[in-house]
Amino acid sequence: MIRLEARGRPTALVSTAAPLGALLAALALATLPLLAAGAPVGPAFARMAAGAAGSTFALTETLTRATPLILTGLAAAVAFRARLYNVGAEGQLYAGALAAVMIGSGAIDAPSSVLVPLILLASALAGALLMLGPTLLKAKLGVDEVVTTLLLNFIVLLFVQMMLEGPLKDPMGGGWPQSEPILDAGILPPLVERMRLHAGLILGAGLCVITHIVMARTVLGLKIRAVGDNASAAQYAGISVTGVIVMVGCLSGALAGLAGASEVAGLKGYLTADLSRGFGYAGIVVAMIAGLQPLLVLPAAIFIAGIFVGADTMSRTMNVSNYIADLIVAFALLSVLVSSLFVRFRLRWR
Amino acid sequence: MQSSPVVLSIAGVTKRFGALVANEAIDLDIRQGEILALLGENGAGKTTLMNILFGHYVADEGKIQVAASDGGLQTLPAGSPQAALQAGIGMVHQHFALADSLTVLENIVLGTGSLGSPTLHKRKARTRLRGLMSESGLTVDPDERVSRLTVGERQRVEILKVLYRGARILVLDEPTAVLTPQEANSLFAVLRQLKARGLSVIFISHKLREVLAIADRVAVLRGGRKVADRPVAGTDRAMLASLMVGREVPVSRREPQAPGRTVLRLDRVDVPGAGGRIGLTQASLEVRESEIIGIAGVSGNGQAALAGLIAGVTRAAVGAVTLFGAPLQPSPRSVVRAGIGRIPEDRHHEGVVGSLTIAENLVLETLDDPAVQRWGFLRFSAIRDHARALIAAFDVRCLGPDSPVRLLSGGNIQKVILARELGREPRLILANQPARGLDVGAAAEVHRRLLVARRRGAGILLISEDLDELLSLSDCIAVIARGRLSPAAPVESLTLERLGLLMAGQDAEDQAA
Repeated sequence: MIRLEARGRPTALVSTAAPLGALLAALALATLPLLAAGAPVGPAFARMAAGAAGSTFALTETLTRATPLILTGLAAAVAFRARLYNVGAEGQLYAGALAAVMIGSGAIDAPSSVLVPLILLASALAGALLMLGPTLLKAKLGVDEVVTTLLLNFIVLLFVQMMLEGPLKDPMGGGWPQSEPILDAGILPPLVERMRLHAGLILGAGLCVITHIVMARTVLGLKIRAVGDNASAAQYAGISVTGVIVMVGCLSGALAGLAGASEVAGLKGYLTADLSRGFGYAGIVVAMIAGLQPLLVLPAAIFIAGIFVGADTMSRTMNVSNYIADLIVAFALLSVLVSSLFVRFRLRWR
Repeated sequence: MQSSPVVLSIAGVTKRFGALVANEAIDLDIRQGEILALLGENGAGKTTLMNILFGHYVADEGKIQVAASDGGLQTLPAGSPQAALQAGIGMVHQHFALADSLTVLENIVLGTGSLGSPTLHKRKARTRLRGLMSESGLTVDPDERVSRLTVGERQRVEILKVLYRGARILVLDEPTAVLTPQEANSLFAVLRQLKARGLSVIFISHKLREVLAIADRVAVLRGGRKVADRPVAGTDRAMLASLMVGREVPVSRREPQAPGRTVLRLDRVDVPGAGGRIGLTQASLEVRESEIIGIAGVSGNGQAALAGLIAGVTRAAVGAVTLFGAPLQPSPRSVVRAGIGRIPEDRHHEGVVGSLTIAENLVLETLDDPAVQRWGFLRFSAIRDHARALIAAFDVRCLGPDSPVRLLSGGNIQKVILARELGREPRLILANQPARGLDVGAAAEVHRRLLVARRRGAGILLISEDLDELLSLSDCIAVIARGRLSPAAPVESLTLERLGLLMAGQDAEDQAA
């Protein structure tokens, strides 16, 4: 029989080795579907590594893919810290993207130094506003935010489709449901010549640092941590739990909304209804793997992006399905969750 | 007594958690028909030992033997709660595990039959339960819903549940914590009857008075080791206390002091009960400077409403609450700013945020203070200095201001709360069960701090279920029963018996007589 026993205090060795071991375990588990697909394991992983980081192109593609994941990962990390389970980053991303094209595709004509901040501000605001309803419902009526934020995803996506078929449809788009393109002045500049990598990465990395500072060093961060760990003690101490929940929700929504702006103004140039490849949901995985630590969101997002981009290459060259990427990400999430259990408990065999 | 056979033998049990030795080579025998008190401070190893006995933990060394049906001793398989149950060991926990919406009988039968069985075999169960009740003297209506029972009755159901499962060794964990003195006395009568029937009882407690009243033998644990094992006859409270703590326990004495101006006045206040709990009805009360007003009562009689009112978390529906001569503003922030120090009832639930550091917890109520923050940024060096000073002043045993509160012991967590609340030198202190769950040494420290605050001139409202605590600290005691507050009477005029009657709500009848 296996039994779990609480460890007194986890040692530094255990708490650093556990997540690394978890990622290795995820890759080890990934050999199973590879073997099932009949692919040689060693070369498959080599192709994957090369596809994720083997060249400047591969590296920039991974970082490009990581950019929205950093922002949605931060969105989840901030909210989950306060035990506000915002699973609506996907919808907030689209709301942000919608705001970006409404501001940026001709409504306002301004130089880049004005238009880019305006676009970012509008998308953050749109994402934040979208969280106002769920947080107020949660704080005032106890409505479960998982349900409200999740269902809002579909509402927002359908709303975006409606707008793309209607008022926002690009008359020059050849009949495709897509918005008019963002003006040149509103485009986030590329970071590497002739590559797709754009300034959204700088924005994401900067926000990781800023979010870390907010969480660790400000009164607001302290309140968020207090409410997340023990809301009744926070309330008793005079912290407005409602205020903190609404605040955190808006912060989280704003970060996810920025992911939308970054994709539209940095990568695609216009809005379509398939802008996000599940970045809102993948952000939750990123946040969990990062242990809800804003600074760790950056490497976690790059890791997940690398797996997706690498698996694309692998599937093209080795003729295996790129769904293997989804499997590896799922393995990574599960093994990180299990490893966090081992940080707190030890196994006893008897 | 010596002739009766040993029914449970714990031999050389050692249990380590990392570097911490929770139990070290503990030997303990219990004989048939014996009541053994297991006495020890928090962290002395009582709970670990019982967890090993029940198979929740596996001991690193040592073995446990239980009397088999043939009379010989047989080793209990380690790590199996099932085996402990089968061997006839039953535990009554401090927190009851009863289904409120089911009847007494259903609760007792629950879990005894196989899951596949279509019926509960109620008739047979009822006959057996009647037999058990008449044997043990535990009487409860088997068809009453548990939600309608009093706390004392619920405890009887818990004991019956264990007896129904054939327990011959009964372990009671702090059984009197939720009882009035009268209910405790009737529990003791039941235990004596069970003992006469040949059952053995392990009575876990830190209330010395009860140990002396009920136990035949007392085993004292300290720091994971058994430091004493002797018949109760020939011991006394002072001796047991010093065995438990390992040194003389300082007794705080209340010095006579004339009370000053009124700091808190309640005038016929009604507070609605939240979530099905009892509120306050027509409560009047006055607390003056340098005065400790004790509130006695069985848990759940309106204490939560009274404490919530003064802590600023609940509002009065009717009546006036006057704080330092002005109406009380019902919000935690304004009562803290007005100068109330609040020691909450549940220190883990309301007192501290476990994952935050000691320093952060110490400023949790004063985050607006410019000494704590500037432009929304925490002034960590000032916060740490503040924490260092308080840690030293209140003797918090910790690794430093940056260690999470979660890692502290209960007594040290309470010291952190005391440091936060009393360090501000409040003029009124709300102390709700300030020493509950603390060991003798830590409780004495809490009491000393409260008396120091009283000497300084603070008014103190002390809500407690521990009558010894109330009688030794309070200047006056009021009793709360079913949401009604009796007039506060000087402590000199009160006895334990009189308080017990008031707590049972017999105040009205007395006045009518």
